[in-house]
Amino acid sequence: MSVEVLTALKAKFPQVSDRPSADHPAVDVPRADLVEVLRYLRDEHAFDLLMDLTAIDWAQCASPRFTMVYHLLSTTRAGSYMRVAVACAGSEIEPTSPSVVHLWAGANWHERECFDMFGIKFEGHPDLRRILMWDGYPYHPLRKEFPLAGIETVLPVADIAEETGAKVIAAPMAGGPFVAISGEINLTEAEPRAKDESWSDRAARPDQTALRQVKE
Amino acid sequence: MVTANTELGYNSKVEGGVIVSRADAAINWIRTNSMWPMPMGLACCAIELMAVGGARFDIARFGAEVMRFSPRQSDCMIVAGTVTYKMAPQVRRIYDQMCAPKWVIAMGACASSGGMYRSYSTLQGVDRIVPVDVYVSGCPPRPEALLDALMKLQAKVRAEPASRRLLSA
Repeated sequence: MSVEVLTALKAKFPQVSDRPSADHPAVDVPRADLVEVLRYLRDEHAFDLLMDLTAIDWAQCASPRFTMVYHLLSTTRAGSYMRVAVACAGSEIEPTSPSVVHLWAGANWHERECFDMFGIKFEGHPDLRRILMWDGYPYHPLRKEFPLAGIETVLPVADIAEETGAKVIAAPMAGGPFVAISGEINLTEAEPRAKDESWSDRAARPDQTALRQVKE
Repeated sequence: MVTANTELGYNSKVEGGVIVSRADAAINWIRTNSMWPMPMGLACCAIELMAVGGARFDIARFGAEVMRFSPRQSDCMIVAGTVTYKMAPQVRRIYDQMCAPKWVIAMGACASSGGMYRSYSTLQGVDRIVPVDVYVSGCPPRPEALLDALMKLQAKVRAEPASRRLLSA
């Protein structure tokens, strides 16, 4: 099944090339042909379900820095699953890619998530807003240069931020990332935060703001 | 209940329908036994919170079974689950809308300290935005642990100088 699809696809679009893949067939597509290739796969080969749409950040200074990956599934032809990869256009700061919302309506929120996490602008998207982080959050967290702990910024709502004095902080890693080392039997010592001395029973928690207790 | 000795209890013929007590004791007795929770269920701890409300664990034994989904009617906010930075302002807003006196239980590791979510998106403890009275450990805590937290909170409320605060307000 998948071999026939690949043969037909390459016959119609000679510019499509195979992409190494451990399981399902995958192809690289030039940016200009992406929408036509996806439309062809949807209409001619019954890939009626866009399983996922995501991006890869290859690293800073890599070229291309971002690659989009589309996971396609056919609900009518058994065993039809394939991936289509395409490099993003645009600069490192503001990569762009064509939107496929007009092909699969389900791409809408996937593209919003991808925009939220990677900052990829989808050209033609009807409503490209952040979906997980709040509007006005200044970073794109899944980019390689973004630290896991986060970067200090302000809370989403200004009056609450002022009232509580709280802010978005870089999370204390507390000896983590949160993975226990296998083979350590004593869990109290194996726990990552046991190795951390910045925030323990003996030392006060950093930048703890004293909250105003509400009087009756 | 039938007991042989009827002289030991309160006898209205002797005491004339009057009970003498401290105002603090009376007010705190009322408060501790009708502590209506605001179920701030944000993640999996909320499932355990539901179990606490069920027949097996039965938070009704402590007078706290009336889960109020309106902050205006609730006394004790139970923050059950992971508080993200996106959700944090709403948690604080609902806390602000509750009428005093009000208390907060941080249920589970996430609400208490951010838990395993040492990440860019998670508030590192709900005590950064609201004053917390009782912290419950566990991921998620057993229902008994939450009941224990409620009893601890009741003990705390019992010791409050309620009448002095009422008069000074």
